[in-house]
Amino acid sequence: MILGALYAIHAKDLLSSVIACGIVGYSLVICFLLLKAPDLAIVQIVVDTITLIIMVAVVLDSSREESYSKLDTHGYISAVTGILMIVILLYFFAISIQSLDVLGKSTLRMANYYIEGAAQKTGSANLVTGVVFDFRGYDTMGEAVVLVTAVLGVLTILRLKGKK
Amino acid sequence: MIAYIMCFILFLVGLYGVITRRNLVKIAVSMSIMEISTFLFFALVGYIDGGVAPIVDPADPVKTYVDPLPQALVLTAIVIGLATTSMLMAIIIRLYRKYGTFDIREIKNLKG
Repeated sequence: MILGALYAIHAKDLLSSVIACGIVGYSLVICFLLLKAPDLAIVQIVVDTITLIIMVAVVLDSSREESYSKLDTHGYISAVTGILMIVILLYFFAISIQSLDVLGKSTLRMANYYIEGAAQKTGSANLVTGVVFDFRGYDTMGEAVVLVTAVLGVLTILRLKGKK
Repeated sequence: MIAYIMCFILFLVGLYGVITRRNLVKIAVSMSIMEISTFLFFALVGYIDGGVAPIVDPADPVKTYVDPLPQALVLTAIVIGLATTSMLMAIIIRLYRKYGTFDIREIKNLKG
């Protein structure tokens, strides 16, 4: 995945960059299957395919080559800033990783309530579906609102005649 | 532990792409890579050794399930990621039709 991501950023052709991004997405599907999350894998396959189609359509509609030119002259300041940011991020990562459980040994804190008798409460055998549509129904409603807003935004942006 | 570190490296790669690339499509790709690393992190947090996928089987009630709460959150986040990505691509294609380039420096210089 990391190799795919690096290639996606450094590829010269935009089309191969987009396709490398698709590779990263599909390897995420495999990771989800290994982590015992089949619902997520299904949704990720669909979403990743749609994203890939949209990106390929945009890239094919326009120029594909990326023009390279020289970096800015004040490269030192950028490099120092970048290293500083990486150090700060690593510091917070080291702090937060200690508060997490070891991988595979995590405890169910909140989810015990969701698991116990969820099949009777929600009538759904799939616990993820039960959580999404029953215990956290308002979240799902907000998600639907976000989707509708995004569709309206895309339609507004892509109108043929824009106002001046 | 090593999986968390790989996930963090993936996030850093995305961040590096967002900061250093000049091409708008590359920036969108990097942002979706950052999103993907976040999804992977949530799925890692919820994983339990020896757990099975959270689907209740009434015939066999003694299993340990993988935590369903992060999975539900990621399910929401994936769909919202699709919405933001399509919005981003719409804005990018609009900018391309107006300026004829993907390079953010040229767009900045043109002052439309």
